[in-house]
Amino acid sequence: MNQDPAINPAGLRHRAEAHAAAFPALLADAQHLAATVMLGDHGRRRAGMGDEFWQYRPAEDGDGLRAIDWRRSARGDAHFVRQKEWQAAQSVMFWVDDALSMTFTGGNNRPTKGHRARVLALALCVLLNRGGERFGLANRGTPPRRGEAQLTRLAGHLMDAAFGGETDIDYGTPNARVLPAGSRAVFLSDFFGDPEPVTAALTKATDRGVSGILIQVLDPDEEAFPYDGRTIFETMSGAVKFETLKAGKLKDDYLARLAARKAQMRDLCRATGWRYLCHHTDTSALEALMWAYRALDKSP
Amino acid sequence: MIANLAFTTPLLLAALLALPILWWLLRAVPPAPIKRRFPGIALLLGLKDDESQTDTTPWWLLLLRMIAVAGLIVGFAGPILNPDDRQPGDGPLLVVMDASWASARDWPARVSRVEAVLAEAARDGRPAALVKLTDPTPDAFEFTAADALLPGLAGMVPDPWTPTADSAGRLTELSEGRDFDSIWFSDGLDYPARADIATLLESRGELRVIQSARPAFALRPARFEGSDVAITALRAEADGPRDVTLTALGPDPNGVEQELARAVASFGNGETEAEVVLSLPTELRNRIRRFELQGIRSAGAVSLTDDALKRREVGLLASNDGQEAQDLLSPLFYLRRALVPTADLIDGTLEDMLLASPDVLILADIAAFSEAEVDALTDWVDAGGLLVRFAGPRVAATDIETVDPLMPVRLRAGGRSVGGALSWGEPKALRAFTRDSPFFGLPLPDDVTVTSQVVAQPDPNLAERTIASLADGTPLVTRNALGDGQIVLFHVTANAEWSTLPLSGLFVQMLERLAISTRPSELAATELEGTIWQAEETLDGFGRVRSADALAGISGELLADPTYGPDLRPGLYSNDDRRVALNVVAAEQTIAPAVWPASVTVEGIALEGETPLAGLLLTLAMALLAVDIVASLWLGGRLTLRGGATAAVVMVALSLPYAARAQGTEVELRAIEATAEVVLAYVKTGDATLDRVSQEGLAGLSQSLFRRTSVEPAPPIEVDLETDELSFYPLIYWPVSESQRLPSDAAYAKLNRFLRSGGMIVFDTRDGNLGGFGASTPAGRKLQSLARPLDIPALEPIPEDHVLTRAFYLLQDFPGRHASNDVWVEAAPADAEQVDGLPFRNLNDGVTPVLIGGNDWASAWARNAAGQPLYPVGRGFGGERQREMAIRFGINLVMHVLTGNYKSDQVHVPALLDRLGN
Repeated sequence: MNQDPAINPAGLRHRAEAHAAAFPALLADAQHLAATVMLGDHGRRRAGMGDEFWQYRPAEDGDGLRAIDWRRSARGDAHFVRQKEWQAAQSVMFWVDDALSMTFTGGNNRPTKGHRARVLALALCVLLNRGGERFGLANRGTPPRRGEAQLTRLAGHLMDAAFGGETDIDYGTPNARVLPAGSRAVFLSDFFGDPEPVTAALTKATDRGVSGILIQVLDPDEEAFPYDGRTIFETMSGAVKFETLKAGKLKDDYLARLAARKAQMRDLCRATGWRYLCHHTDTSALEALMWAYRALDKSP
Repeated sequence: MIANLAFTTPLLLAALLALPILWWLLRAVPPAPIKRRFPGIALLLGLKDDESQTDTTPWWLLLLRMIAVAGLIVGFAGPILNPDDRQPGDGPLLVVMDASWASARDWPARVSRVEAVLAEAARDGRPAALVKLTDPTPDAFEFTAADALLPGLAGMVPDPWTPTADSAGRLTELSEGRDFDSIWFSDGLDYPARADIATLLESRGELRVIQSARPAFALRPARFEGSDVAITALRAEADGPRDVTLTALGPDPNGVEQELARAVASFGNGETEAEVVLSLPTELRNRIRRFELQGIRSAGAVSLTDDALKRREVGLLASNDGQEAQDLLSPLFYLRRALVPTADLIDGTLEDMLLASPDVLILADIAAFSEAEVDALTDWVDAGGLLVRFAGPRVAATDIETVDPLMPVRLRAGGRSVGGALSWGEPKALRAFTRDSPFFGLPLPDDVTVTSQVVAQPDPNLAERTIASLADGTPLVTRNALGDGQIVLFHVTANAEWSTLPLSGLFVQMLERLAISTRPSELAATELEGTIWQAEETLDGFGRVRSADALAGISGELLADPTYGPDLRPGLYSNDDRRVALNVVAAEQTIAPAVWPASVTVEGIALEGETPLAGLLLTLAMALLAVDIVASLWLGGRLTLRGGATAAVVMVALSLPYAARAQGTEVELRAIEATAEVVLAYVKTGDATLDRVSQEGLAGLSQSLFRRTSVEPAPPIEVDLETDELSFYPLIYWPVSESQRLPSDAAYAKLNRFLRSGGMIVFDTRDGNLGGFGASTPAGRKLQSLARPLDIPALEPIPEDHVLTRAFYLLQDFPGRHASNDVWVEAAPADAEQVDGLPFRNLNDGVTPVLIGGNDWASAWARNAAGQPLYPVGRGFGGERQREMAIRFGINLVMHVLTGNYKSDQVHVPALLDRLGN
């Protein structure tokens, strides 16, 4: 028997179960969240190639005989052409911040920011899958596809080591290289890191005709800054330290900077034609999901 | 305050010098920082703190800590308030106690102080002795180990008198040639021998006097003032105004001692006497046994009352039928004059007066009574009345043959006259009273002469019945006891016709001795001479009344000027029918505070104990440190709202048991209601209509039971399986509806306990009209799920010989509103066999725990308060028959539950009789 734990059946099964233990929960969370959204057909609301009936149109010159719907035409004197609704599949690329800062939560009964971001992303994927769109994960360079298998694959990626906190990067940077031209993009992060890469990524994406949404996921503690007294603040990895003697006094300054950062993101979105949402982990995820779905649904 | 502060280890206070250093140290060390992981740090980088001094602890927190540390240091140094720094003495110690009635007002405090003094002497190794000054002749005292005296203290009580000169003299004798220090527990009042004793004790050694600051009060005997009762309260110190409540105590008409009157004696500023005048109805006044100053435990504050405060009700009746006699010749004139000042007189016919139940009835020259009157008079005398009769022409004329039961002696007809114009001899004077006579001791005036009298028949009893006689030995006054009362006959008239007796002062005194009139004043010594008085009640030092059956009689001379001691205790003394109260405080006595020479140390009685303050200070320090913890947490940002909320929740939880207790009494009330009588119960299903039907049904069944059987149930009770105790009910009716909820596990446990301990549940699916019984109907399925957790034995349809078929009525059908015969009970044991010739099997055990059917019995039983059925059953006459059968079934059911297998046993009677016969 092969004794290598990575290959031998016992070790493999152990790891598989370790993954599976959390994986269905995430997917179930996402499915559950998506199940609450009952949307109509994700059609393009215009005639074109598709399966669904759209309208009968009086036949015009140039319409082939094959195009005429004889059953409809037989009921009257005029000839009608049966048109289908145009159903063009969209590609939606997700970038979900997997840096350490997303593992923060201010309260024991609140999910981490990362968890909320992953649930939102996966729920959107579920909805897109239902709507027949294609979706991929920009973090891992997964190309956009559709179907249950892609959903499972994405869920697997979202559960992997980097998302589990086994990284030492404090703040993540979006990756715009893998965005196919003309696709849509969803960026989920707290955007606490350097804003430059975000600006660059968005600019680049817009250049390639990619529009999308930016969801800033924040913990309520990050909004309220409920700290006081002598405090040493650390990043999640502990790499950066900041000591204050009276944390309460810094609150106003902090809030001003936070507002500035949000404004910066919003302005950036406005400039690039993206849409921006600030979501807090203590509010319902459904709200953000609805907003995101509607935002994606808009015609480009 | 500060002067009274001392420390056990004052050196420790030097540590206070370290406080400034601590201050500096605490200032130098900033509070420890908290480490927080926080992604938002990216936004914080570059910010600067505005205030730089916050790295030190704030001054108020420093101050708090300083005070706490200072409290710890001072606390451990052992501060003591009021330290006892008196130098211990040496040499023998004599403890002298007044132990008089005035000491009783704070006796426990006194005794505990004596204990403290003796304990201190024992600690110092001083021999001690204890002398009670109220002992008239104190025993020789020996100085012994002080703690050997402690056990005797508990039994020591104050005496109801003051120390006398005797004891002072005896003390002088005993202390001859000995030196000792003394501590004198004075009662705070002056008395003649006090100064002598003080001088004596001072001459022997150091004298400390301990006396109470509590004011001393006393009560003089009550006296008449006109028709009112006046009583004077005394106090020793004439200080500011003060009110004292005075109560009059005595038996109420039922003989139970009660407060009869109450008044407030107000001492004016600087006055030592306060007089209270009570205006009371005679009835009430005569019942008063004693006066007390309320709230003062002392024999001096109690004043017993005696005859002096009693006014008897005297009925007067004379036979002046139509005589137009002049006043002075009226038979009652002199009696009236003699009695008016000291007694309450009533007039009227004999019946009227007897209705008023007077103490005394005086009949002057009345000889003829109707039989009813004789009976009434006899009863009244029997019950304790005093009947006094005076002779006269009519009495003298009575027939010798008639025996008058209301005469103490038999009389000769006619009487006699002496010293008249037509008779021999001189008018007769009185002979001196004998010792047995109640008149013994009364002086005989010379001018009392008797000219006519009725004469008693010679009789063996005559001598002992005679209480006064003439010089020649003929009885003048005779007396005979009858029941509790007595009959007295004066052999002369009540006016001056036959004798001069009514004119003399002796007449009044005789009336008084006979307890007809009230004693006007103090007893004169001459009157008391030679008499023996028996104590009825005595007072102890605390002013409590003790019965005195065991005490020997006291000769009258002692009473005249009482000097109290163990032989003559204050109390109520009686001789014959007279009573004299000897009170601690005499009529004219005053009380004055004791005045001590300047050389004597006088202390209060309350011991100012040492108060160690260490515990207090340490507790304070700990409390401050606790505050410091909270404050530090708050300053450091570690105190969150959630912590406060938790604390609040804990506080609320602590206050919850009170609500639970209130609920407890409700449960008890319900239990009492359920167990006071037989009560049928039904299960609350939550369906209001169904519950009402159950209630009405059981009420109707209870009505029928009440009418037809000896079971008389109270109105039915609704039970909530979750909350109510079930064991009170013999039978629980449980209608099954689809909508009801399954009971909880706890409720099932209760139900099973109920079933095992002999209770019965009647399940009624109320669907007997819908085909067969079982799981086929929704209610049946519900029943299955309801009953699954229950401890139910195997069931069978009611067999023909089941005891339910004959518990009260003989039945074979068990209809309710429906007439299905599918009714199930516990199955008979498999080995039950039917004996040949007997109609029933041998089924003797137990009551079926469940009865299951679907006949909707409650509807058939239901009746309103007027007894009218509430729900239709069947049609016409047949329906009524069915209803009747349903009620009979219900009665059988209750009978079965209440009597068990009793009816089953009865079937053996023929067999038993059969066996006995053979």
